[in-house]
Amino acid sequence: MKARTLFDKLWDGHVVEQLPDGTAILYIDRHLIHEVTSPQAFEGLRMAGRKIHNPEAMMAVIDHNVPTTDRSQPIAEDESRQQIETLEHNVKEFGVPFIPLKSDKQGIIHVVGPEEGITLPGMTIVCGDSHTSTHGAFGALAFGIGTSEVEHVMATQTLLQKPAKNLKIEIEGTLKPGMTAKDVVLAVIGKIGTAGGTGHVIEFAGSVIRNLDMAGRMTVCNMAIEGGARSGLIAPDEVTFEYIKGRPNAPQGADFDAAVEYWKSLASDEGAEYDKVIHINVDDLEPMVTWGTSPEDVLPITGNIPDPALLKDESQRLRKQRMLDYMDLKIGTPIAGTKIDAVFIGSCTNSRIEDLRAAAHVLKGKKIANHVWALVVPGSGVIKKQAEAEGLDKIFIDAGFEWREAGCSMCLAMNPDRLKPGQRCASTSNRNFEGRQGPGSRTHLVSPAMAAAAAIKGELTDVREMI
Amino acid sequence: MDKFDILTAIAAPLPEENIDTDKIIPARFLKTTKRSGLGKSAFYSWRYDENGKEREDFVLNREPYRQAEILVTYENFGCGSSREHAPWALLDFGIRCVIAPSFADIFFNNSFKNGILPIRLSREVCEQLVEDTKMGANAKLTINLEKQEIIRPNGERISFDVDPLRRQLLLDGMDDIAQTMQYVKSIDNFEEKRKKDQPWYPKVSADKLSS
Repeated sequence: MKARTLFDKLWDGHVVEQLPDGTAILYIDRHLIHEVTSPQAFEGLRMAGRKIHNPEAMMAVIDHNVPTTDRSQPIAEDESRQQIETLEHNVKEFGVPFIPLKSDKQGIIHVVGPEEGITLPGMTIVCGDSHTSTHGAFGALAFGIGTSEVEHVMATQTLLQKPAKNLKIEIEGTLKPGMTAKDVVLAVIGKIGTAGGTGHVIEFAGSVIRNLDMAGRMTVCNMAIEGGARSGLIAPDEVTFEYIKGRPNAPQGADFDAAVEYWKSLASDEGAEYDKVIHINVDDLEPMVTWGTSPEDVLPITGNIPDPALLKDESQRLRKQRMLDYMDLKIGTPIAGTKIDAVFIGSCTNSRIEDLRAAAHVLKGKKIANHVWALVVPGSGVIKKQAEAEGLDKIFIDAGFEWREAGCSMCLAMNPDRLKPGQRCASTSNRNFEGRQGPGSRTHLVSPAMAAAAAIKGELTDVREMI
Repeated sequence: MDKFDILTAIAAPLPEENIDTDKIIPARFLKTTKRSGLGKSAFYSWRYDENGKEREDFVLNREPYRQAEILVTYENFGCGSSREHAPWALLDFGIRCVIAPSFADIFFNNSFKNGILPIRLSREVCEQLVEDTKMGANAKLTINLEKQEIIRPNGERISFDVDPLRRQLLLDGMDDIAQTMQYVKSIDNFEEKRKKDQPWYPKVSADKLSS
């Protein structure tokens, strides 16, 4: 048999029917839903008189459109409350497993799925959210879909898909102290560009990836979409199995052992062919920070704001110049020392316990700068509890951070957590688009440790000087 | 879904790369539980100033482009968030066709599902079409999906590729769920085989989630 990649195996294992034009009907194992991209899909089912094919393949949470402050009161904003009530009503009517807002387990869908053992290797996983790529860290084919596709999966447990191309990114070398998965993936996006992975699934491989814990692997795959790839993938190994073992919805006992045997067979075969291979060495990697309004516009913290005049392409030049105007940055000045107004630690990229520990490690015994507004938003209620058991909440609060309830929060300016026009934020989230954190907001993407360092100094700064 | 066969309409230029879906429809407008009504908020930060007043210098606020049903833009259109609210907002504004050198994958899929035809053409051709759009009220392009060609204002024909299955669904104005449901037997068989091959394969348990 021909040597196959991890993606090839996942694909082959889920083709229900191959249509003549090359489109496959692809079986979907897990369908995660949330309040924002599902209401129109439920409405479509209702109008067509269709049922959900398999509700027990689903999980619903509320994460995007909720305040992260006190949850004891009803949600004040009418539209937000209605959207949440719509989901509560829909999951009841269609029998979808659901984590209610008041549950201790509530949180960001891409954090909760793995945490509950719902995300498993070898699966196909979809969600009406582009950061579904996160689950690829487990060796699952996971990708974001639109609402029409959400409805399609609900009705048929399948999607119409054409196979993606295989792109392997081999990451080798030794990470210096203070470097994290976030720095690695920002460097990757800086190299391949925001459309570099379009049409591809990216398999992240190499010793650097092997040595990451699951939180780090999830951060890397989470941002595959910022490099244009709908899915990131990492072959499952002992680190993966150890993480899954004992999770509530994972197979248990002898079932678990049988599952592991199967999961071990998923890694790409020796000699499997990729459409493209990119090698990256991280020996000289420094903490990364974005300067522009696309995740590809990234610099080491020791770097200077680039000069668009050096670009050959005119439209590129104009675009980058407009970014600099929007971001209010000066060509040639060091990015370190850029004054910030806010810090956000959270999002499906960086809100896991490991991320909070890394930030708390920098913050311990220190105070944030007076002019900085700083939020830390755990990815789930489970993480929040764990952090509190470890005393991390106290470190954050003593330093001057606000300690919030789980949710997507200031990643996307849909709920009350957002910046004011012109405000600048060091953020552990995934997108620095214009207006992403509020109209007129300015976002610099960084790792949790870098965000903590920026909070203390009140400006973008090299975390290595603090640890 | 409305059929798409032949469209003759004003084309508006958005000559920029990487126009993301946050740009097309910011997250704060995603609180709706409906598909309609998003057109007024499309490209919000470009169309309106801080006070919610229309910006005169934005192309879609000017005649004849207010009537545009075609957008001509550059690489990686629709990148970022998977929100289908982006094509819903475009459709509600009146856009039925977007022409660009490349699209982000999810946006590309979402467009077809809503009767919007995304057409990939080379950057060079897109630049020519941007020039065409500057002819104002004469900036009409004709898109013939059946023949897979675009007719420029000067009469020149440009052919384009489109996936045959998707083309047919657009021509018929059909959604693809009904089509897939014809394969329900195959889907059931797949599930039976899965039960045999991977008996350990777990269901999501609502009880375990609530405990």
